[in-house]
Amino acid sequence: MIRIENVSKTYDNGVKALKNINLTIKKGEYVAILGLSGAGKSTLLRCINTIIDPTDGHVFFDGVNPDTLSFDDSDHFVDITSLKGKKLRQLRTQIGMIFQSFNIVKRMSVLQNVLSGRVAYHPTWKTILGLFPEEDKQIAYQALSKVDILDKTYSRASQLSGGQMQRVAIARSIAQQAKILLADEPVASLDPITTFEVMAYIKKLNTEDGMTVIANLHHVDLALNYATRIVGVRAGEIVYDVPVTKGNQKQIINDLERVYGRPISHDDFVGDGENV
Amino acid sequence: MNYIDPKNLSKPSHYKFFIQVCSFALIILISFWFAGFSFIEIFQNLIYSGRLLSRMFFPPDWSFTDNAIRGLIETIQMAILGSTVGAFFAFPIALLASSIFTPTVYLRVPSRFILNVVRTIPALVMASLFVAIFGIGNFAGVLALSIFSFGLVSKMLYESIESIDLGPIEALVSSGGNKLEILRFAILPQILPQYLSYTLYAFEVNVRAAAVLGYVGAGGIGQVYERVLAWRQFDRVGMIVIMSFVTVLIIDYISSYLRRRLVK
Repeated sequence: MIRIENVSKTYDNGVKALKNINLTIKKGEYVAILGLSGAGKSTLLRCINTIIDPTDGHVFFDGVNPDTLSFDDSDHFVDITSLKGKKLRQLRTQIGMIFQSFNIVKRMSVLQNVLSGRVAYHPTWKTILGLFPEEDKQIAYQALSKVDILDKTYSRASQLSGGQMQRVAIARSIAQQAKILLADEPVASLDPITTFEVMAYIKKLNTEDGMTVIANLHHVDLALNYATRIVGVRAGEIVYDVPVTKGNQKQIINDLERVYGRPISHDDFVGDGENV
Repeated sequence: MNYIDPKNLSKPSHYKFFIQVCSFALIILISFWFAGFSFIEIFQNLIYSGRLLSRMFFPPDWSFTDNAIRGLIETIQMAILGSTVGAFFAFPIALLASSIFTPTVYLRVPSRFILNVVRTIPALVMASLFVAIFGIGNFAGVLALSIFSFGLVSKMLYESIESIDLGPIEALVSSGGNKLEILRFAILPQILPQYLSYTLYAFEVNVRAAAVLGYVGAGGIGQVYERVLAWRQFDRVGMIVIMSFVTVLIIDYISSYLRRRLVK
């Protein structure tokens, strides 16, 4: 579904965040990207939807119709790094993204925040005036009920708790009708209980709706419990890549010492590590 | 228990503070001297001020109330127009000047230049110039207030835009939004309350400024001031002072109440 080929990113200040990354992600996978802070996890994620432009390399999306820029399971593919303007924006509707800091507008209602995920589907003048068709509102309500927060539809986003804000952000990606979800440290600013809640909602999108998920995670047990595959990033390079199975979890924890450059400790778990 | 003496650590010098206070006092004294300011003169002339005050307020000329109210209403109208027009044009310039919305320096730098230059010209100077161009009357005043408000609102709005949370912009870009949609859904909701608040503040300042502008012939209550002062009708001056004071007080109160509620 996604083919990342020879992607490198060097920032203007000379920092080499990514060095020749190659990674293929299949439809329906849940990939957890692990690594230390500054290893290049966030840059990698942002190079997939090119909100950070890679310095080198290509990111291909397989099964995307080059005219409609939406997934149609055909043999066509599109290179997002070659797209510009409207076509780029159209393809981006297929890729949802959620963030550590939620990135919702606190001064807007929950409904408006979710509807803002649908701007690329309509003429600009209509969205600017807030004229979303009834159909879109239905899509938004469905999305909100999917993350069990429909009762907050008309609340101001500022009144929500952190976990609720992240659910609104997830609902925005659902309303966007994204086929891929990029999650950049989605639970890093949440407490343990809401962490598991939010992780469960993301997992639900993955298993029930077949959404492909790529998540940067801090905690090893979250990756082991929710992801189907773990990719380790160290100093801008992929140094580890394994599927998660029932049998190999202990092995993965041992292997991750190479990714982190230090033994895995208690701090790398949200829970007590017993249920891994 | 050991006795601790941090003698070997360098303590801040007492002389530094002493020198700071002395130089500050010196600057104040020199300023007094240059400005020809003396307290003695104030006390010597106290008797004259007393006489003037008694002519102004004991009693003020209440029969002049109608004229004063008419002048004040004119002033308020001028202030409303001035702040609205100024704020209207301030929005695009503030947006063009901000690095968040405008990626190219070719638009940003000239916009910032306009932003800064406009603020350096005092409203009174502008009013005098406009009176010279358009003649005596409200129009010159409204124009001066518009430009003054433009400078005030654009600068403050620009600073607000520069300090917004960039997260929502990132989110909107990632979901395929274009420039205008980013403005509408990520920038505008974050700055709208401040924008309205700054416009109200400009209105507040305008009401006070308009009183002075009239003095150069730019309409409003100031022009009434100028007339009665020329005729040395101090009882009428007193009346206008009272009326203006009450008006400004009420407007300041309402405006700051609204602004507090806006930026919640």
